[in-house]
Amino acid sequence: MKLGYYPGCTLKTKAANLEKAAMASLDHLGVEYKELSRWNCCGAVFSLTDDDLIHQVAPVRNLIRAAQEGCDTVVTICSQCYNTLARANKLVRDDEEKRDTLNRFMDEEPDYNGEVEVVHYLSLLRDQVGWEKLREAVTNPLDGLKVAPFYGCTLVRPEEVAIDAVDQEILEGFIAALGADPAAFSAARECCGSYQMIAHPEEGMNRAAKVIGAANRSEADALILSCPMCEYNLGTRQGDVVAAHDGLSQVPTYYFTQLLGVALGLDPELCRLDLNGPAAQELFVDKNFIAAATV
Amino acid sequence: MASIPSPIHPENLKAVNKIAELSGQNVHECMQCGTCSAVCPMVESMGFTTRMGIHYLQFGEIEPVIKAQIGEYCASCHTCVVRCPRGIDVPKVFEAVRQLVLRTNTDLIKPQEIPKDTMAEAPQIAFVSTFRKLTS
Repeated sequence: MKLGYYPGCTLKTKAANLEKAAMASLDHLGVEYKELSRWNCCGAVFSLTDDDLIHQVAPVRNLIRAAQEGCDTVVTICSQCYNTLARANKLVRDDEEKRDTLNRFMDEEPDYNGEVEVVHYLSLLRDQVGWEKLREAVTNPLDGLKVAPFYGCTLVRPEEVAIDAVDQEILEGFIAALGADPAAFSAARECCGSYQMIAHPEEGMNRAAKVIGAANRSEADALILSCPMCEYNLGTRQGDVVAAHDGLSQVPTYYFTQLLGVALGLDPELCRLDLNGPAAQELFVDKNFIAAATV
Repeated sequence: MASIPSPIHPENLKAVNKIAELSGQNVHECMQCGTCSAVCPMVESMGFTTRMGIHYLQFGEIEPVIKAQIGEYCASCHTCVVRCPRGIDVPKVFEAVRQLVLRTNTDLIKPQEIPKDTMAEAPQIAFVSTFRKLTS
């Protein structure tokens, strides 16, 4: 497998805490990859109207870039990038007429026929590394940390691009491999409020409140995420959400890759816990996962 | 054989056919069980339920669906797609309604009114998603 890494816009700016630990962990685990030297925005959302082919051009161009760099597989970490690229790839593979139209529109590019496989980082960990090998690589097990796994929408729906069947519980397997305890979390596959937090903040906050309430009821110490939009709604805005809704309490949020980096014993600075706010750092210091001076 | 009169008013036929063309979905396959509304995370914000939205569309009534802001509030979470016993891609149906509005050069949000702290804090994918979904 020749693995390319597609970062996407947000990981290079506001979600450095999602990216840095992820890539350092791949290096640590001996997974070879090549970051794509050129890429563009994936489009963030997959076009749902059948005549809107122009918005398939952006994700398909990224897959062409991966193919041109000799990659047969491209890995993404952001859930939305994963969903958009995987669905566009499926469209190219399944719909001959649309594939031809796209190839004719991009006639300066080589034809693309779905040759590249799109995978999410979690699938890569499970299928290429494996939970057993990951467990063996953990030098700083997250003992006694109860973690609510938040999949959100775009990792698991629609079914044709889901990284995981419901009963396989990929995030729960990941959490257990790090030595932590997965919480029984009823909102694991619910919507965080998505882009409605921008368009309709009150309704977005009400939705986020339901997810945070479920995390509280699961008695989790921490909530883990794989998407910068989920992080904004459930992490950055959490103080406002909790203040506006009775009966909620705060729960520290982390990207799943930060837990991975800490459990593998990587330099805590790489994990960029400073971007998660003080509660996330304090919990890890309290649990002795990191030293107080390192954050 | 006697033909059954269509319940769709001739004036509405063009828009109904456009919804079918854009979404690739046949709303007449819906049996009105309401599962989509039961699982919808945004239904409380809509003027009426997604089930009612599909029912209006079955009769060719699009204006009430636009007024109920169903397409506007749909977060495309796809929970209803997983649950629909008739296999209807419900977000595609309401995306088509949303597109019919956007394609008349209508914006459903005003980007210039987004607060400065939101602009500073929210991730790029949130803005790209919002503008893709709610501006023309």
